[in-house]
Amino acid sequence: MIRAEKLTFDYERLDEEGRVESIKRAVDHVDLQIQAGAFIAILGHNGSGKSTLAKHINAILTPTEGTLFVDGMDTKDEEKLWSIRQDAGMVFQNPDNQIIGTVVEEDVGFGPENLGVPTDEIWKRVEESLSAVGMLKYRHHSPNRLSGGQKQRVAIAGVMAMHPRCIVLDEPTAMLDPNGRASVIRTAQKLNREEGITIILITHYMEEVVEADHVFVMDDGKVVMQGTPREIFSKVEELKKLRLDVPQATLLAWELKKKGFSLPDGILNIEELVDKLCQLKRKM
Amino acid sequence: MSIKAKNVNYTYAEGTAYEIHALKDINLEIPDGQFVGLIGHTGSGKSTLVQHLNGLVKATGGRIYFDGRDIYGENFSMKELRSKVGLVFQYPEHQLFETDVLTDVCFGPKNLGFSKEEAQKKAKEALRMVGLGEEYDARSPFELSGGQKRRVAIAGVLAMNPRVLILDEPTAGLDPKGRDEILDQIERLQKERGITVVLVSHSMEDVARYVDRIIVMNHGEVRFDGTPKEVFRHYKELEEIGLAAPQMTYLMQKLKEKGADVDTDATTVEEAAETIASWLRGQ
Repeated sequence: MIRAEKLTFDYERLDEEGRVESIKRAVDHVDLQIQAGAFIAILGHNGSGKSTLAKHINAILTPTEGTLFVDGMDTKDEEKLWSIRQDAGMVFQNPDNQIIGTVVEEDVGFGPENLGVPTDEIWKRVEESLSAVGMLKYRHHSPNRLSGGQKQRVAIAGVMAMHPRCIVLDEPTAMLDPNGRASVIRTAQKLNREEGITIILITHYMEEVVEADHVFVMDDGKVVMQGTPREIFSKVEELKKLRLDVPQATLLAWELKKKGFSLPDGILNIEELVDKLCQLKRKM
Repeated sequence: MSIKAKNVNYTYAEGTAYEIHALKDINLEIPDGQFVGLIGHTGSGKSTLVQHLNGLVKATGGRIYFDGRDIYGENFSMKELRSKVGLVFQYPEHQLFETDVLTDVCFGPKNLGFSKEEAQKKAKEALRMVGLGEEYDARSPFELSGGQKRRVAIAGVLAMNPRVLILDEPTAGLDPKGRDEILDQIERLQKERGITVVLVSHSMEDVARYVDRIIVMNHGEVRFDGTPKEVFRHYKELEEIGLAAPQMTYLMQKLKEKGADVDTDATTVEEAAETIASWLRGQ
């Protein structure tokens, strides 16, 4: 679905005369491959290059060096720009910056309308997308009366209505309360499982990563770790050095190990840890 | 510097079709030096409440007392209140505007009428308080990382020597290390300088770890008010109002359901590790 080959991106800083004053390399020779239908998470501290990388996936940015292919299309090919953007949709952190319609269903219809989709088909897509994110009953509401989590789901529906094969979510839950956070993540998981949409989730919440198929960890513009959540979260100390964290259940297991109890590495959730603790207690 | 709210009510657009009763009969007192966590789902009234505490929004009913003085009284200076009760908004780094860090932080004290030299002295103190050394003074705020920018913005409020610091989700969008750094820094200010802190947060884990007391808002009312342990015992009710308990509360409850004889009050990883270690050792 997505393939990066030595993808490099430099931000140029210009002085007052428009000459290049300094260059900051945000993404540095990244090679990666994402299979269609996968649920991918990207972790990394602020400034590690993950958002810059994400913006390449729907060609908001194009590589300074190297290449990025979306469904076999080179993002540098300007003729493919609209096909790429239709194929790979993007949802950002702040719900208020992404909603333009005055009524929920109009907002969701904006994308397909721009693509020149016939009216009947637009309404069909609006209905499908809103029910996929669990927001159909709000179709006639004004977006500014919705909660943060509901707004993000409307933004996801807006992307869904373009019939993308892939959705990139760049910290979609950073501004949400616990309920809103859970509803957005559940929606992304459902779209992945039921509609086969490739999901690329960028987040600082480690708990949201636990169910991903594959995790990439970025630092200084490079992919420095990758693997399943269990492989990644087994490396508590390395992650801490990268300014990251592990889920709380993983951290607790790690603390107990340090106290001398024998527990496996990379425990990911509460249920798993409770089972292991009960087994351990029976043996003691 | 205690803050006391007595029967505070606030209604938006009173008397129109859009009337919303955002705060309903709020009674609470925040004593000097306390670290308070304020939680509630989006729209529960927590931001409206904190805006009352520094006089940005005037209650449509009830009274607020700052150090025993009625802030709506005739001789009360709102300007003084706003310098004593510092409010750090969400994403405060969007409000940075000067060409260098020091000048930006000077803006507040200068506005309060301090001379350039005094303002700079206060600004430097505030920057050191948030852990930014002299080498940052002349840097452009826009060259800094997200966490550093946010610390500059917090220093901008600290430079006015507030006795109370209110922070609306100060860690949103920061990486885990940046989050810990900011919260550790705030805790230090509260412990070492005795500043009263009100932390508005969506992270139950952060609240459990740092604060002395949690106030839970729902539909404009105070639903719970107590220590983290007391409040998180109501985790089922918290879920009903769109919130949650820290992960560790759920873990301890699960363990107990499976028949383990453990105290379920642990809310942080450290506490849970200790409780579980004693249980495993049969102590």
